Amino acid sequence: MSFFIETLVGGLLAGVMYSLVAIGFVLVFKASGVFNFAQGSMVLCAALTFVTLRDKGIDFWLAALITLAVMVLIAIAVERVVLRPLVNRPQITLFMATLGVSFVIEGLAQIVMGASVHELDLGIVDTPIEIGGVQVSQFDLIAAGTAGILVVALSIFFNKTRVGIALRAIADDPQAALSIGIRLQTLWQIVWGVAGFVSLVAGLLWGARQGVQFALTLVVLKALPVLIIGGFTSITGAIVGGLIVGAGDSLAEIYLGSLLGGSVSTWFSYVLAVAFLLIRPAGLFGEAPIERI
Amino acid sequence: MSTIGTEAIEGFNPSHETVQSTRDRLRAGSVVVLLAALAGIPLVANDYWLNAVLIPFLIMSLTALGLNLLMGYAGQASLGSGGFMSVGAYATYNLLLRLPELPLPVSLLLGGIISGLVGVIAGLPSLRIKGFYLVASTLATQFLLEWLFNQYGWFSNYSTSSSISAPRLAFLGHDLSSPTGRYLLTLTTVVVVTAVAARLARSQTGRAWMAIRDMDTAASVIGVPVSAGKLKAFFVSSLVIGIAGALWAFAYLGTVDARSFNLDRSFQVMFAIIIGGMGSISGNFLGAAFMIFVPILLDHFGGGVFGGAVDPGQLENFQKALFGALIVWFLIKEPRGLAALLSRAWTRLASRINR
Repeated sequence: MSFFIETLVGGLLAGVMYSLVAIGFVLVFKASGVFNFAQGSMVLCAALTFVTLRDKGIDFWLAALITLAVMVLIAIAVERVVLRPLVNRPQITLFMATLGVSFVIEGLAQIVMGASVHELDLGIVDTPIEIGGVQVSQFDLIAAGTAGILVVALSIFFNKTRVGIALRAIADDPQAALSIGIRLQTLWQIVWGVAGFVSLVAGLLWGARQGVQFALTLVVLKALPVLIIGGFTSITGAIVGGLIVGAGDSLAEIYLGSLLGGSVSTWFSYVLAVAFLLIRPAGLFGEAPIERI
Repeated sequence: MSTIGTEAIEGFNPSHETVQSTRDRLRAGSVVVLLAALAGIPLVANDYWLNAVLIPFLIMSLTALGLNLLMGYAGQASLGSGGFMSVGAYATYNLLLRLPELPLPVSLLLGGIISGLVGVIAGLPSLRIKGFYLVASTLATQFLLEWLFNQYGWFSNYSTSSSISAPRLAFLGHDLSSPTGRYLLTLTTVVVVTAVAARLARSQTGRAWMAIRDMDTAASVIGVPVSAGKLKAFFVSSLVIGIAGALWAFAYLGTVDARSFNLDRSFQVMFAIIIGGMGSISGNFLGAAFMIFVPILLDHFGGGVFGGAVDPGQLENFQKALFGALIVWFLIKEPRGLAALLSRAWTRLASRINR
């Protein structure tokens, strides 16, 4: 039983890491209705920029600041070059465009900064500590704490600040928002910039865990089922979805994997997500779209 | 997206009528010339051209055709192409292995049908979800299939390595394992399947697909059988992709390897139809040519211009960035892809001739 709990807790904490990436998606989707496939490459780009700066001996906070600036620049460029000409196109077209963007970012980031694997040390000791008879990774706890702070900060940003309220207006009804003088393009840039910040945080934590390498872009593939389960429009959903996927993955790997012969976690979360889709197409916390002819 | 509307309006203008028929004749003529050239190529081309350029180009065109039927005509986005290719490859491999008395075309077709049936199962979620939610569900298929073929030895006849060599290809006593033989096998299959698919796209089924693509709610209101249409699209698409997968394994690689049908392959096929042109038959060939020839050209010129000073990894990154930028460019500037450029060129040529 304690083994079960340990697996469950480990899975839940790993799920928080998925949620971190998923939050970036939710932000962009809420404001612009774009499923941003490039989020994974933004995570890679942020981590790679940060590590390269650190390797050059630049101070931690300065490196973080420069990386953030780079991410904001990317956000502005994406809005200008890609999103603006594609306004009012079908969602699936926008999705494919972000697929193209992700290839550009991955290609350019690796041309400029190399493709070798970098170590990233954030100074967090990863020794397991025991809480109530269950071994828990300290690193995972800190990651969970970071995610928690991020969610609270983003909720305040969305609910209390002027920019946040404008963003909600746009998400609710872009036409009405435009007619009362909200600047759509500026706000998109802001939201993509915030998504860049989120991918910086996710990139640092994932990079510290796995090493900064190309495989970081694959977290986008882990975040997709998280979003489907939680719903594309809800930050709470991203967290809950991440927990479900994390727990489901690690339990399936242990209990289902031994039946089927291992490595079921490559597809389990997707099958879980499809099952959720069939029951609740809008996800647990998402809003069901209304269809008009 | 489709040209049907504009053609109907242009039909009222008698001068346009002649331009149009000239254009159609030009197009038909170019197809005949192209076919003759493709059939005659083995007489002049060396093995490198057949093996490394033309065979993958033809098979990629066929795969693109399969995805285009689903995505370009029926509007159901899918990232499971790699998975369906592997179903076709493994199914045909097992048919050739376990039922050697079946002639090769029958095994290929049966392999395609098995892949089509898997496609129908994978397409079931499309009855309830759409857009990129469907992309996610086809991703589930992709990962599940990749895992299945890696995990269970039965599919690869318990071969110790994960890749298995293909059985000898022969039909009516002719050995097809030479480069020319494999090329002709590929060409014949591609021509036959493309002809059938082009007819299908213009039939009632194809029209129903386009109605579903353009707006499925409206289609169901006017009585188009939406669910049946979607599943039919998944079946035909996976059938074609499955045949392409079998050819990719047997006629191109010479091995059956689940790793060559991974997610990157699915992306490649999707990019081919975006660049080539969604909802167009010729677009598949243009897009496939682009996806296969451009990397080869880049390799050659990259090596030539920089004298080998650029390492292949950098070149690959450059290629990646270039393809990504092109995808975005095409989506913004020419959503109907290279096929639309070609079609406009024909019209211009036809009106010049008629003047």
